[in-house]
Amino acid sequence: MNKRVLSLLKKDILLEFRQKHTFYGIILYIASTVFVIYLSIPDKPDAVIWNSLFWVIQLFICVNAVAKSFLAESKGRMLYYFSITSPVEYIISKILYNAVLMLIMSSITLLLFLLLLSNPLNNSLQFTGIVLLGGLSISFVFTLMSAIAAKAQQNAALIAIMGFPLIIPQLMVLIKLSKAAFGEVFKQGMVLQLTGLIIGLDVLVLALALVLFPYLWKD
Amino acid sequence: MKKSWWKILSFVILVYTVVAGFLSKVPDLPIIHQSIRNLYFHVCMWFAMMVMFIISFIYSIKYLSSSKYKNDIYASGYASVGIYLGLLGYITGAIWANYTWLTDQNQSLGSILKEPKLIGAAIAILIYGAYFVLRGSFTDIDKKARVTAVYNIFAFAMLFPSIWIIPRMVGSLHPGAPGSDSGNPALNAQNDLDAGMRMIFWPAVIGWCLLSTWIATLRIRIQLLKDKTLLNE
Repeated sequence: MNKRVLSLLKKDILLEFRQKHTFYGIILYIASTVFVIYLSIPDKPDAVIWNSLFWVIQLFICVNAVAKSFLAESKGRMLYYFSITSPVEYIISKILYNAVLMLIMSSITLLLFLLLLSNPLNNSLQFTGIVLLGGLSISFVFTLMSAIAAKAQQNAALIAIMGFPLIIPQLMVLIKLSKAAFGEVFKQGMVLQLTGLIIGLDVLVLALALVLFPYLWKD
Repeated sequence: MKKSWWKILSFVILVYTVVAGFLSKVPDLPIIHQSIRNLYFHVCMWFAMMVMFIISFIYSIKYLSSSKYKNDIYASGYASVGIYLGLLGYITGAIWANYTWLTDQNQSLGSILKEPKLIGAAIAILIYGAYFVLRGSFTDIDKKARVTAVYNIFAFAMLFPSIWIIPRMVGSLHPGAPGSDSGNPALNAQNDLDAGMRMIFWPAVIGWCLLSTWIATLRIRIQLLKDKTLLNE
């Protein structure tokens, strides 16, 4: 892998360690959201409700976790990056960083859900795989959305307005796919087909991000 | 006069569509009955909407490659007509579904709006709604043009699978989806349609597409005149 991408990624992770409040802020956000759900629904929620709540929470966590990735960069710092690196390397480092962040947050959400809201899963391992895949897909889309929103002034609200319609198809497929882990019987090959569809969409998003970001980058 | 032949053509075709669409003989199918005539209007709205969005998408690419402000006006003009057609298509579909899908008791319109095809249509409207919200949030014109072009390209590329691929993978009540995961997302015009209906349907598609292009070009011309001072061409 490219050395510059690695050092940009390292910078983001280091920043996260130095300013721990944002990282713990997101974790606290997850914990309190799941806790509110735990208090407000019956003890053993239906598998369908469990599933849909889980993905909606995932979506909001991603908006919160990824949103700040471009907001934190001041104009002067962007100018500095402009002089030392290329836009493609920069967006790759951001995508990687957000993917890692989202994988961690997805795992924490899953853990908290299992802890507080009982375990309706038939196949926990399969569901974990789907959750990680879903976390990646959502983080890819929202990384680019946050890059676009950073160019407009009213950031956070715009990310949700732009990103939610775009993520609906993927989210629908993810919700359908995760029903496989709840023991719902699918047609032969359907699980693979759906997984392939999600991965295909991810590849499409990545390709578009690499092609389009250089146009956003110039100011 | 030379340049406006397609406007006259659109007018003639649409008069033919409306007259023949309401007066011609249609096959009498159970449940659907005379509401089958909605085909000449509802389906054509989607055709025209897709055409508008594709043209808008092409102009966004053209903007990014040339940075000519004119292309941005074209892209937004076509997108705004497209979203209008999408709303019309949604409304005509909802009225039709209200009489044909809601045959059982205790079924509300809300329960059928979860149809994969309706979700795709709603996504399309939401995406382009977001496109216009994004346009509204800029003060700098060049920045607005560039960033919204990026969003337009990205959104269109994401819209494509959600309208054309995902509905094929799930069952639906919508005509043209007989099995659980087979069939065309909308309607298989060659095999499902009566020959007489096809004679009205295809001209109708062309007529509505031409009319919407006409509306879009008018909007664009107004915008071009408004921004005359900004266009240094």
